[in-house]
Amino acid sequence: MTGLLVLVLYIGAFFGSFFIAKRVFKSAFEKKGFNRLKTVTFGDESAITANRVASVVSVITVFWLWVAFTNSTIPLPKMPGPFLGDTSFTYTVQLEDGTTDEAVVSVRVYREDIQQTVDESGEPGREPDPIEVEPGEGFAKNDTLTVARYAFKVVNVWKNDEVSKKEGSKIITINGQPIEPGGEVKTDDGTIRLTEKGTPTFEPAKGLRMARLYLPAPEVVLQRFFWLNKEGYQGYTLFEHTRFSLQRVLLGFFFGALIGIPIGYAMGLTGWARGWFDPIVEFMRPIPPLALIPLVIIWFGIGELGKVVLLFLAALWIMIIAARSGVSGVAISKVHAAYSLGASKWQILSKVIVPNSLPDIFTGARVAMGVCWGTVVAAELVAANVGLGKMIVTASKFQLTDIIIVGIIVIGVIGFAIEVGMRKLESWLIPWKGKI
Amino acid sequence: MSGLLINDISMRFDLPNGGHVQALKNVSLDIKSGELMSVLGPSGCGKTTLLNIVAGFLAPTEGTIELNGQVETGPSPERGMVFQQGALFEWMNVRDNVSFGPDMKGVSRAESKEKVEHLLEVVGLQDFKEKAIYELSGGMQQRVALARCLANDPDVILMDEPLGALDALTREKMQSLVLDLWKDTGKTIILITHSVEEALLLGERLLVMAPRPGRVHKEYRLPFADLGVGNDLREVKKHKDYAGTREEILEMIWNMEEEIMGRTEESA
Repeated sequence: MTGLLVLVLYIGAFFGSFFIAKRVFKSAFEKKGFNRLKTVTFGDESAITANRVASVVSVITVFWLWVAFTNSTIPLPKMPGPFLGDTSFTYTVQLEDGTTDEAVVSVRVYREDIQQTVDESGEPGREPDPIEVEPGEGFAKNDTLTVARYAFKVVNVWKNDEVSKKEGSKIITINGQPIEPGGEVKTDDGTIRLTEKGTPTFEPAKGLRMARLYLPAPEVVLQRFFWLNKEGYQGYTLFEHTRFSLQRVLLGFFFGALIGIPIGYAMGLTGWARGWFDPIVEFMRPIPPLALIPLVIIWFGIGELGKVVLLFLAALWIMIIAARSGVSGVAISKVHAAYSLGASKWQILSKVIVPNSLPDIFTGARVAMGVCWGTVVAAELVAANVGLGKMIVTASKFQLTDIIIVGIIVIGVIGFAIEVGMRKLESWLIPWKGKI
Repeated sequence: MSGLLINDISMRFDLPNGGHVQALKNVSLDIKSGELMSVLGPSGCGKTTLLNIVAGFLAPTEGTIELNGQVETGPSPERGMVFQQGALFEWMNVRDNVSFGPDMKGVSRAESKEKVEHLLEVVGLQDFKEKAIYELSGGMQQRVALARCLANDPDVILMDEPLGALDALTREKMQSLVLDLWKDTGKTIILITHSVEEALLLGERLLVMAPRPGRVHKEYRLPFADLGVGNDLREVKKHKDYAGTREEILEMIWNMEEEIMGRTEESA
């Protein structure tokens, strides 16, 4: 239900913001530069540039949906929230002989994440005390109930009443509305149901926002981010978890490139090496690195060595193939030209083949880094002492959703940073790529 | 004995289906040192194969190549090559491309500097020596290729349609440049081309080749190259023999193409 509402709101935001932005940010919708003179743009992909207003609104929309559907303190329009605070309902008990009596149940609803909050003195929050009530007149006595948001609780009204169910007494109305066992009465603050045996339960109104367990508010995740950096989780700070994961990726990639590139060159340059490695490469290449995790753990354990070996294997085949296609991509006229300029075989390799294969090797390196980053997180999910994957899988066992989200965001940001960094490095090292 | 001797060369390519193609049959040529020879012929006449054999990239099935009395079996710096698409090293700037040959021989940059600078000046690129290859136009790239070849001081320069990819105006300028370089350096030049005009202007000796099997069909000795050195090539084209020779060769090649078409139809 809530998911459908999110989808409808998201689609609405996509079109709604388009029509609003078109009026407000007119200049962002104008064609720029030479595109202004093009009369045909629909179908001409080169004439399409990303509308930056759309990008900004897109990010804001996701953030706003996040705020709107959680119990966030950020002052943005939000979905109706769950009931929090004190409320009450009355019930009427009827005895076998037809006499009735009314009593009040005072309910105190507290935050479901109270133990994860901190009060002024720095102590973790705890369940509030129940509301104190006078027993009142009659055989039905007033009751008190303390319940968390998103939960429900049975109100054992008979406990303090002078009559009991065994004597044939039963609840006939809630807040004046008649009710049967198995029925329910809704109020603004919650739902009162009678069990099949006639005992009332109270469930505070949930609203449309999600509980912290399912989706913590943005500020909670941000706090958790700082907390993870300061206090750490599972004995390591967030920075250390990240560093371990990155270190594994870089080491695995480094050795994969160190071994893979020469093998790729050899396969491109000699028939013996091509014949020797072809079956191995063709066999190993389609095996996803994740499928190797069990074997790698058996052979190398769950320590650093196992991770680095796994990432080495993830990077190796990609780098071999990249280097090999780099060699085959050298125009034969360049090799001929170099030979007739007096180059030796070694000079052909170092001055012509290696520089000429750099674009292919870089493309391979970008792919390999991406695969390694994905693989390291998965490997840590399976078995590790430290690392981002380890952090989120442990947090999931304790239902610490905020840590999981911090972990996912850090993984995404680093993966993105790796991609951007590799592209910058590429345009700096290989400025001729795509220009010849 | 100085000069390039092409000694009864034959080239046969075996096909996967068991047949074969006779790309060249009994081609013999004696090219004197300092000669400018252009080679013309319909496609499939084996002119590029001939050039690759002379350069040493292919071994002929029969016959030998001799340069200054030495039998050649592979590529060597004495036979420089200029390709249609430059084949420049785009990871180096203009100067490094030109000094590639001396660098490979282990000549220090200090020693080769003067020569490289001079060659860049000759081809008119002295202001572009720090530029990257991809920043140059096609004509400029061919100038770099020429300078790179000359920097190695080869005895023979082999050109495989070096101006084929250039526009008409750039091409005319480059033709003058090739003529001037030929006269100034005294190199032996073999130039393959598709253009009859280019073959006329850039060949004191013009070879028309015929296909199936690839062979020398007719040879001309022409005055136009000498006339063109230092002169406007458009003036050369007004020479009384120019138009006539051009028509004669065009007709010859036209007939060969017709013959090829006819044979294809017969075999089809």
